[in-house]
Amino acid sequence: MTIDQSPNSMDIMVNMGPQHPSTHGVFRLVIWIDGERIVRAEPHIGYLHRGSEKLSEGESYNQVITLFDRLDYVANLNCELAFCIAVEKLMAIEVPERSHYIRVILSELNRIASHMLFYGVYGLDVGAMTPILYGFRERERIQELFESVTGARMMHHYFWIGGVKEDLPDDFERRMKVLLPTLKQGIDECDRLLSDSELFLARTKGIGTITAEDAIDFGVTGPSLRATGVLEDVRISEPYSIYDRFDYGIPVGTNGDCWDRYYVRLEEMRQSIRIIEQAMEQMMPGETMAKLRRITRPPKGESYVRTESPRGDFAVFVVSDGTEHPYRVKVRTPSFANLQALQHLLRDAYVADAVVILGSIDIVLGEVDR
Amino acid sequence: MIGNIKGLMVTLRTMLRSPVTAQYPEMDKRTVLAKRFMGFPALLWDYSVDEPYCTGCMVCIRDCPTQCMSATMQDNLLHTEGKSKRRKIVESFEINLGRCILCGICVDVCNFDAIEMSHEHELSKYKRDGNRVDLPALLDMGKQFQRKIGWQPTQAKNVGATELVDNGAKGVPE
Repeated sequence: MTIDQSPNSMDIMVNMGPQHPSTHGVFRLVIWIDGERIVRAEPHIGYLHRGSEKLSEGESYNQVITLFDRLDYVANLNCELAFCIAVEKLMAIEVPERSHYIRVILSELNRIASHMLFYGVYGLDVGAMTPILYGFRERERIQELFESVTGARMMHHYFWIGGVKEDLPDDFERRMKVLLPTLKQGIDECDRLLSDSELFLARTKGIGTITAEDAIDFGVTGPSLRATGVLEDVRISEPYSIYDRFDYGIPVGTNGDCWDRYYVRLEEMRQSIRIIEQAMEQMMPGETMAKLRRITRPPKGESYVRTESPRGDFAVFVVSDGTEHPYRVKVRTPSFANLQALQHLLRDAYVADAVVILGSIDIVLGEVDR
Repeated sequence: MIGNIKGLMVTLRTMLRSPVTAQYPEMDKRTVLAKRFMGFPALLWDYSVDEPYCTGCMVCIRDCPTQCMSATMQDNLLHTEGKSKRRKIVESFEINLGRCILCGICVDVCNFDAIEMSHEHELSKYKRDGNRVDLPALLDMGKQFQRKIGWQPTQAKNVGATELVDNGAKGVPE
């Protein structure tokens, strides 16, 4: 596992990005190629750096949530959840039961929406035009529901420290009864459309393989790690919120190649629906916000919380000095860690597979650059 | 081959479905906005005394994460006449909608029901400074919003909130 390899003078340097559409954002990848083979790849990041961590130090705790919305901009609620839990742990707040359930339902829905986006975009990466239409169709249904619950389609600011902003709308249950079967059907359709297609298999099976040991060494988490056969999910290994109350499976791959990473995500969507169904059954009416002072002022101390975002282990470290502003906020983002494995994955791959491999680790640049 | 045919069957079945897309710019073909939809903030009009709810207390301005608003306060003439309970009233209010991130914090911190996220969401304007909206424009947006959703004041909820803010501002220990 040596990363250093000086480019040969015969190798050609090719720039991909930062405006290349298949890099999923502003990401620059420099690859040195020898014929069709990639000799060395070097990711350049930082084009979307907004300094969220530093900005957090000047904002009040409620305002920081708006910055967390913008970290992983396709799974906003999962990011909000991580920060809220971290501050609640710091302040030792008992969050009302109902808001726990609301949070779990919405974050799992957001996981599905995020994986649906991955599904669609991954289709484009391998050269299939159709999946993006199916992926976006299903994602749109979820976002429509989000709009009716949180008031926004993407930047929600709905999870608050101590609960959720307001209770679910009256027609939520009715909408979910329609949405869940439609989503299930949609996921099955997506599965049938792409998973067994011989063309898709030829592009992804055995491409970009990584062993479990290497993946762990690189700090890869989430579906990309589970695709190598490691059963590691923060929801199981270190349950947060109320994830220990549900019965669901964690899909695990075997080969750690692109197809496994793709299919683990597809299967995860089905498991998320199982969680949502159980949560909908168990949810009881009640309070949605803990009794708190309007100005959040945690006591001196620090807290570290790990959560499972659609991309992996999303962890937040908050240090408070007892004032209205956090002293330090550190975010451990899964995309950033997963991206470290890219150099290893791209070594000796074909140039044509570079986009397929990059797409399969599903990075979100907002999260990589923060 | 079988996998490809399976995929094509899905495409074929979808072909016979009705489309799910909405034609955005055309008025009658848009999707319907949810009741909770958070568009740009607008100031509400108190029809019972015929004045804005806003007193220009600047709480929203202090809590705004992007500092997109500014306001000034003046003495309320209607109060001296005895018609209104508000001693102070907003004199000017400006929001730069281009800066607003639609987070809804201003609505939550407001103690007077004065600001609400309207359903207005279109940013393109003919003038360069078209997104800097002043008090009359904000009140217009608010009136439209009030009419559209049949808005009712929720003062009772906010009475407690005012006390909490006061305590916090004085720095009462936790």
